[in-house]
Amino acid sequence: MSKKKDTFINMVVSLFAITIVAGFSLGYVNDVTAGPKAKAKLEKKVNALKLVLPTFDNNPVIDIKLIKSDKVKDSVEVYPAFLNNEFVGAAVVGTTYKGFSGLIKIMVGFKPNGVIQNIVVLEQKETPGLGTKMKDEIFLRQFRNINPSKFNLKVKKDGGEVDALTGATITARAFGEAAQMAFDEFMKNRDLLIESKN
Amino acid sequence: MAEKMNLTQNFLKGIVKENPVFVMLLGMCPTLGVTSSALNGLGMGVATLFVLLMSNIVVSLIKTQIPSKVRIPAFIIIIASFVTIVEMVLEAFIPFLYEQLGIFIPLIVVNCLILGRAEAFASKNNLISSIVDALGMGIGFVIALTVLGAAREILGSGSLFEFKFVSEDANTFILFILPPGAFIALAYLAVLFNKISIKTT
Repeated sequence: MSKKKDTFINMVVSLFAITIVAGFSLGYVNDVTAGPKAKAKLEKKVNALKLVLPTFDNNPVIDIKLIKSDKVKDSVEVYPAFLNNEFVGAAVVGTTYKGFSGLIKIMVGFKPNGVIQNIVVLEQKETPGLGTKMKDEIFLRQFRNINPSKFNLKVKKDGGEVDALTGATITARAFGEAAQMAFDEFMKNRDLLIESKN
Repeated sequence: MAEKMNLTQNFLKGIVKENPVFVMLLGMCPTLGVTSSALNGLGMGVATLFVLLMSNIVVSLIKTQIPSKVRIPAFIIIIASFVTIVEMVLEAFIPFLYEQLGIFIPLIVVNCLILGRAEAFASKNNLISSIVDALGMGIGFVIALTVLGAAREILGSGSLFEFKFVSEDANTFILFILPPGAFIALAYLAVLFNKISIKTT
């Protein structure tokens, strides 16, 4: 078969055919992967919830409360946890755009009295090997079992009590800020959460 | 027999003589950008290998139907479609890798290695040799990215494939994780690679 000539109609037809085929195959793959994509996201959220919350027997993903806040663009996600119809804590998603590469999203689990149960990092784009160390046990453990009303979540350099990460002070600072935001939202809505089940 | 010999040479040239990263210096953006660990390098390499293979196959199959004046836009559409497919599949089934590679997955579209092979090889050769060419070049790319990622991870984080062999708070050459470290490591590896490959041929 010889090569097609460069006539106008040939060029239009071949590009048209290629884009049509490409469009349809992309649509097909999108349909096929839409389910698993949503499932993977949900699974990640459920795993994070299991890590940050005390034992619970409800489904926090269904009981989610979206709380409007003036500090963030979207509403804040709050996942309340109940055991035998009693409020045992809540996970709050704290966000900040002040990370070294922008958005940092963490999930902070609180006990009813405001003490932090655990923190997991949900989304981040920090420098691998530096900022990503905020996911490490050695950094996260200093936040466990503390009450942010008595513990200053700023890094030591800024007069707080958090040991910053070597070479990634900005990340640690942003992390503390996101945790503080989650704590503020939790305390503001605590009474509402305790009542919500009954 | 001669035919077979040619295929082997065709395959090997992508790995050694015309290695896309160390010899031809193609596709530098992902090479420098994602190789902060061996696993990232490997993941990026495999994603690129897949796109390269598929685009070479398709381009080689429909090469006679594309008028030469519009061949570049046609190639780009084909490549972009496969990259989008890779992106969606990764997000659905390997979300961990999807997060790690981030913006670099859509950027495979503009990886000049892929367009370069489509233009320089697949649009002029038959299906079999295009497949062999894509496999050779792709595997060369995977090896290069994994080696570079491993070198940077060993020096910068003191680990290999996330397996740590120094203590948690030991001092490592953080420079090698940062962008300048990518250039330094790539330069030294290219020197080493060329020295060895010239000696053996």
